[in-house]
Amino acid sequence: MATQPKNFGFGEDETMLRDSARKFFSDNCGADKVHRLVAGDPNMFREIDCAWDESLWQQVVELGWLAACVPEAAGGIGMPLVAAVSLAEEAGRSAYPSPLLSTFMSTFVLKACGTPASTEALGTIASGTPTTLAVTNSLGSLESGDTDVKVGNDGTLTGTSYYVQDARKCSQYVVSAEGAGGNGLYLVQAADPGVSIEADAIIDLTRDQAQLVFTGAAAVELAPPRAGAAALDAALPALLCLASADLVGAGEWLLQTTVEYAQTRVQFDRPLGFFQAVKHPLVNVMLEIDNAKSLTYSAACAMETGEDNALDLARMAKSQASDMGVFAASRAVQFHGGIGFTWECYVHLFFKRAMHSQTLLGDARHHRTILADSLIGRAA
Amino acid sequence: MAQNQSKDTAEQAEFRAYCVDWLKSNHPGRPPVKLPLGALELSDPEALKWLQGWQKSAYDAGLIGCDYPTEVGGGGRDGCQIIANQEMQRAKTPFLPNIIGMGMAAPTIFFHAQDDVKAELLPGLLSGEDIWCQGFSEPGAGSDLANQQTFAERDGDNWKINGHKVWTSLAHFASWMILLCRTDKNDKYNGLSYFVVPISSMLGKGVTVRPLIKMTGQTGFNEVLFEDLVVPDKYRLDEVGAGWKVAMTTLAHERGAGPLVTPASGGMSNDEEGSVSTNSASSLAALAKGQPRAGKTAADDPLIRDEIVKLTIRQEAMRQNARRASVPALVDHPMRIPLQGKLVATELNQDLAELAYQIEGVASSLYVADDNAPAQGQWPLAYMNSFGVTIAAGANEVQRNILGERVLGLAKSK
Ligand SMILES: Cc1cc2nc3c(=O)[nH]c(=O)nc-3n(C[C@H](O)[C@H](O)[C@H](O)COP(=O)(O)OP(=O)(O)OC[C@H]3O[C@@H](n4cnc5c(N)ncnc54)[C@H](O)[C@@H]3O)c2cc1C
Repeated sequence: MATQPKNFGFGEDETMLRDSARKFFSDNCGADKVHRLVAGDPNMFREIDCAWDESLWQQVVELGWLAACVPEAAGGIGMPLVAAVSLAEEAGRSAYPSPLLSTFMSTFVLKACGTPASTEALGTIASGTPTTLAVTNSLGSLESGDTDVKVGNDGTLTGTSYYVQDARKCSQYVVSAEGAGGNGLYLVQAADPGVSIEADAIIDLTRDQAQLVFTGAAAVELAPPRAGAAALDAALPALLCLASADLVGAGEWLLQTTVEYAQTRVQFDRPLGFFQAVKHPLVNVMLEIDNAKSLTYSAACAMETGEDNALDLARMAKSQASDMGVFAASRAVQFHGGIGFTWECYVHLFFKRAMHSQTLLGDARHHRTILADSLIGRAA
Repeated sequence: MAQNQSKDTAEQAEFRAYCVDWLKSNHPGRPPVKLPLGALELSDPEALKWLQGWQKSAYDAGLIGCDYPTEVGGGGRDGCQIIANQEMQRAKTPFLPNIIGMGMAAPTIFFHAQDDVKAELLPGLLSGEDIWCQGFSEPGAGSDLANQQTFAERDGDNWKINGHKVWTSLAHFASWMILLCRTDKNDKYNGLSYFVVPISSMLGKGVTVRPLIKMTGQTGFNEVLFEDLVVPDKYRLDEVGAGWKVAMTTLAHERGAGPLVTPASGGMSNDEEGSVSTNSASSLAALAKGQPRAGKTAADDPLIRDEIVKLTIRQEAMRQNARRASVPALVDHPMRIPLQGKLVATELNQDLAELAYQIEGVASSLYVADDNAPAQGQWPLAYMNSFGVTIAAGANEVQRNILGERVLGLAKSK
């Protein structure tokens, strides 16, 4: 830890990028706008849609965010993980419906592959191709050894990936599939005739999720069997940091919005925030957000500097961020009273996003169970 | 560590090298007596004497009070106390005994006393020869600090003080006290004034110090009674009626939010061979491995494992929050993390010790005098003691009010 930069590697360039993202989102992606975009139909049994603003996404691409953490050798800018983390945080603060988080996650998996094919794939990301990971099996496990997709003798893929994020917003997939001797990683194009998308009916209105069914889908090998699993393992801290950052951003929105409500809504002749039954839990939400944020940046920094404990730190971050997200969301609904319980109030967008994110890549208890083995030793 | 050095000014770099050098040959070594965890726990006069010796030698060498002007006994430097603190911490020196003096009394005196009083009092304070205590709390004025009833009445060039202070840490060793009291009964805030008053030299002459016994059975703090104590007017700080303003200087420095950096040494492990540390999640994990539970150990119980990991995460988060507090780009409100510090640290310690009860099971009923007590009974002791700090220095409920009001901007609760 002694070699870690005190500022988490979050320097001037990262600050400028983050500040411009914050302004971009506040100008273009307010909660009112997101609500209009994704919450048009409250019917629980509506068509499964995934509304998003593709022209806004084009602007994101033009701002160069996708290239930020792609290595220079692959046509990117070569910024550290904390840069993507801060963008993910801003996106989370806006509940931004887009494949941004998925594409960042794909970037770090591809970086860990270290093959010519993965470098080429990174280049497509740098030039704006939305990409997502298809690495989870039917049980929801993303352990690198688990997949329900197989590589055929002809190199095509057959099987199903589950819980694939932003599947319909992405044009290519990084797929974990079982080959001879272990799992490899493969790049599959969304337009391939061997791919079909079966959308999940999810609660979170700002994301989409699907099963990807592969039937002899053409695939480019990004990392061969075993090396693919290793790449996924190596990238795991980055994935956890990115998911945590999204939660931190959502938590901040929930806190700020609820604080503003508590400042203006008057009952018993006082603003709600006067009452300590409201004030103190809001302070607790703030404390939990700060813990999650600091752990996330520290884990991202540790990953970048190659610390041995980066994965432990990232599991701590995700565990903390998950619990925080649930807590912040629940207090936000509760302290808005009746209006908070309605579809009309924007809080539910963030509530649902936080509830989705808390289980994404493993919930709090999952990570603590694994952490216990490394911190305490295995149980008898 | 290389980090903070690279940002040193020329003066700081030179001073740092001096500190490193001095500490190499002047570390006092292991104490001849058992030391408590911190200065507020001091009850053994021998321990105090030894610690005062350490403070004096560090002061004489210029490591304490470096940023105070030389006229008041300081080092006349700029931005150097932080350097001395870092190097003393790194050299694992013992803690300094006069913490209320240095952390609260000295900056208050410096900003509000008249010049001859500064020159009279600050050298003995900084050297640790005079131990200071804080007389703020009263039976009727705790969280509601402005509700002071101790009364100072003007009597020519003197003041005559009557009243009752409680929970006064270190008063049993103190030469001096910073005193908040009332000079006008008709105005809650503007009726307060602030004095420095002699304690040990006036015992039996208007001052009575009575020890109070903590719930653990240990001594720690006191009550202090004033009966017609006569104090010269020069010991009044700032104007009559400005006591609340002066008290804010004290409290800002207590919270580490004042302009002057408090001298602080430390880092020396308190542990003698075989003694128990009760302040980290890893020590809890070690405890759990030795405690039987359901045919295995407590460390095999999944719920206890989960609780230990949760506390480990909080402990790591606290460390990383402190790191992030110094990265302006990653904090939205400058006081957001600093104002959490006391609350978060004290609740973590409390929760660590509380979990130890569950880990120890029925054996947690055994106290320090029982040879069969796990970890020498230190965890239940730590649990009880943990309430001292969740209550003292602004109870944590009041800390939450402060955070909610100053940082989040919620309506004042009162
Ligand atoms: C170990 C120890 C050392 C101390 N040392 C010193 C010392 O050296 N000098 C000194 O002057 N004082 C000292 N104190 C006193 C300390 O500052 C007070 O105990 C503290 O300010 C609380 O005041 P109180 O005890 O009167 O409790 P009260 O103020 O009566 O509070 C009782 C409970 O009510 C809660 N409460 C009170 N007001 C509010 C509110 N507005 N909103 C929500 N909850 C509220 C409190 O948080 C607490 O839980 C010490 C205390 C301890 C425990």
